Amino acid sequence: MINFKNSKIYTLLSSLYNPGNSSPEHYVVLRRLIITIMLIVTTLPMGTMIVINHFQYRNHLRNEITTPILTLANKTKHSFEILLEARLSTVRFIATAYTYEELNDSQNIKRILMFLKKEFGGFVDLGLIDSNGILNSYAGPYPLLGKNYSEQTSFQETLIKGKYISNVFLGHRKFPHIVVAVQHLTDEGKTWILRATIDTDKFDSLIQSMGLDPKSDAFLIDTQGVFQTNSKFYGKTLEQCPFDIPSQKFESHIYETVDPEGQEVVIASVGFNAANYTLVIVKPRSVVLQSWYALKTELFIVFLIGLFFIVIAIFKITNSLILRLKESDEKRENTLAELQHTQKLSSIGRLAAGVAHEINNPLAIINEKAGLMNDIMEFSADFSQSEKFRLLIASILKSVERCRKITHRLLGFAKRIEVQRESMDTNAVIKEVLGFLEREALYRKIDIRLNLMEPLNIIVSDRGQIQQVFLNLLTNAFDAVKNGGIINIKTENMDEGGIKIQVNDNGCGIPEDIIKHVFDPFFSTKKEKGTGLGLSISYGIIDRLGGSISVSSHVNQGTEFTIILPKISEHSPEEHNEHPTN
Amino acid sequence: MSTQPIKVVLIDDEEEFSSTLAERLTLRGYETQTAASGEAGLDLVSNQPFDIAILDLLMPGMSGLDTLRQIKSLTPELPVVLLTGHGSTREGMEGMRLGAFDYLMKPLDINELTKKILSAVKN
Repeated sequence: MINFKNSKIYTLLSSLYNPGNSSPEHYVVLRRLIITIMLIVTTLPMGTMIVINHFQYRNHLRNEITTPILTLANKTKHSFEILLEARLSTVRFIATAYTYEELNDSQNIKRILMFLKKEFGGFVDLGLIDSNGILNSYAGPYPLLGKNYSEQTSFQETLIKGKYISNVFLGHRKFPHIVVAVQHLTDEGKTWILRATIDTDKFDSLIQSMGLDPKSDAFLIDTQGVFQTNSKFYGKTLEQCPFDIPSQKFESHIYETVDPEGQEVVIASVGFNAANYTLVIVKPRSVVLQSWYALKTELFIVFLIGLFFIVIAIFKITNSLILRLKESDEKRENTLAELQHTQKLSSIGRLAAGVAHEINNPLAIINEKAGLMNDIMEFSADFSQSEKFRLLIASILKSVERCRKITHRLLGFAKRIEVQRESMDTNAVIKEVLGFLEREALYRKIDIRLNLMEPLNIIVSDRGQIQQVFLNLLTNAFDAVKNGGIINIKTENMDEGGIKIQVNDNGCGIPEDIIKHVFDPFFSTKKEKGTGLGLSISYGIIDRLGGSISVSSHVNQGTEFTIILPKISEHSPEEHNEHPTN
Repeated sequence: MSTQPIKVVLIDDEEEFSSTLAERLTLRGYETQTAASGEAGLDLVSNQPFDIAILDLLMPGMSGLDTLRQIKSLTPELPVVLLTGHGSTREGMEGMRLGAFDYLMKPLDINELTKKILSAVKN
């Protein structure tokens, strides 16, 4: 049994519905799959339609093309029959116009033959046969006088049917002829037959008058398939015709076959009514269906052009589709990453709050105990070694203060702080923050270069929060640079009233494996000096204010933070505020 | 300002904290009593006159906010300074709404506390 889930098709199809996979191979497979499916979907119905149309049109057109051939054959047969009937009528008229005795006169019969040759042409001889089958009177080139015809089919048939038209035969001079004979009955009941031999020159001229193209052929055959006229390609008079042609009277046929030379031909045949002849037209198939072949070629070219445009369109559409899919996947992944980051911040925030609270109480006790020790010394003048104790207590209180700062920062991180919006000049905020750091800058000979755009867009945001972010970034920059280092601060206006602030330093830089964690809470490279919350808090603040913060860094070259702030910061109504005195 | 020492009641379940703080305030001339629970604090407040109460918000049993409500119903004039070791400002704000004078974060700065006490008593 075939396991569909293991099949290649399943793998391909599942790749279509696997949005989590954004590897380059995935898009290559997807692209190939979409192109294949679209090609099948578009070309299969088109191809099927073309094949069906091809056959239907071919059959229809074949009928349209072959019908005129059959019509021509019938018309020509009709001409032949008129010719034969005219000859019969002539002989019949002579038999009626003259008496037996008059025809039995050799002078008379020769005169009549002369007249026939002159007026009608084609008559070779004329003979009178009595009821016993003896040729009693004759005019013509052959020594036939006295010949007995009583046993011949022609004589018997003439007596039965009253008329007779023979097949073609070669006379003594090797010219093809036919014999026509009519029976005459006198009023006294006496019967005799008038017989004439006619050459077949008229047959040839009738065939020529059909106006066939040089590659086509037409001829007469008898019921045994013997040529009655010369064929252009298939034999001479009285030779056997190579085709097996049905030769029933009154019937017409058209069919395709292969001639002895292997050429595909179309044959139209039509049987005579008055004689045992069949008229045959042979045309090469290529000539007959020439128009069909031309049409077929045109259709094929149209199909190829159509296919070309379809393929181009499919490739273009698929490329654009894959590009959009890629963009959408990337966007979705970024959103997911941001969401994960926010969730991480949130859960760590709750933990931080708990930890801070638990630490604060014992810290408060240490603080009070040390404070009390200090107080005791302050309030009792005679305390020995008071200076040493004061130093020790100062050290304890300093450590408590350090812990307090940490727990307050932890709590600050955990808190949901209300965004207090006000119009602000960010350049002024930067200058204020630099005021806090100017002593250290002076002491460490750090060169702070300001490139502040004037006038900078006034934005509506939280001044206090923005101050904290700048303080965090600048503290980090101070930590990163050596004494005498350079810190650049640049501001510029953005579209739609927003601003961009860049803070870069020529410090130690951040290695590539660390840079992706710099906004994670508790991630610090400063060991005991840092809490790992500064950048995480900054990230949270900028995010809440509807802006973005990004970082780029090169080891030993420096780090650059870029902040983009909107004209008006976002505001979340459910957020709570902080105590005003704190 | 009266020459009488300011009477302070410290209500906090952390006795180590409250006793030490009481001692420090005493050294600074305040008359201080401590209570280790909300109930004990209420007992003191209802029986003795105080100038100010310093109340921890997070206590087992009766919570700081409940204690505040009771204090305010018993002695509406008594100013209360709240203490919290918790980062959440929500309870602090709630306490302010219930009539507390102010609130401070643990660990305390004694000078800040005495400033608050003086300003509360003055008011």
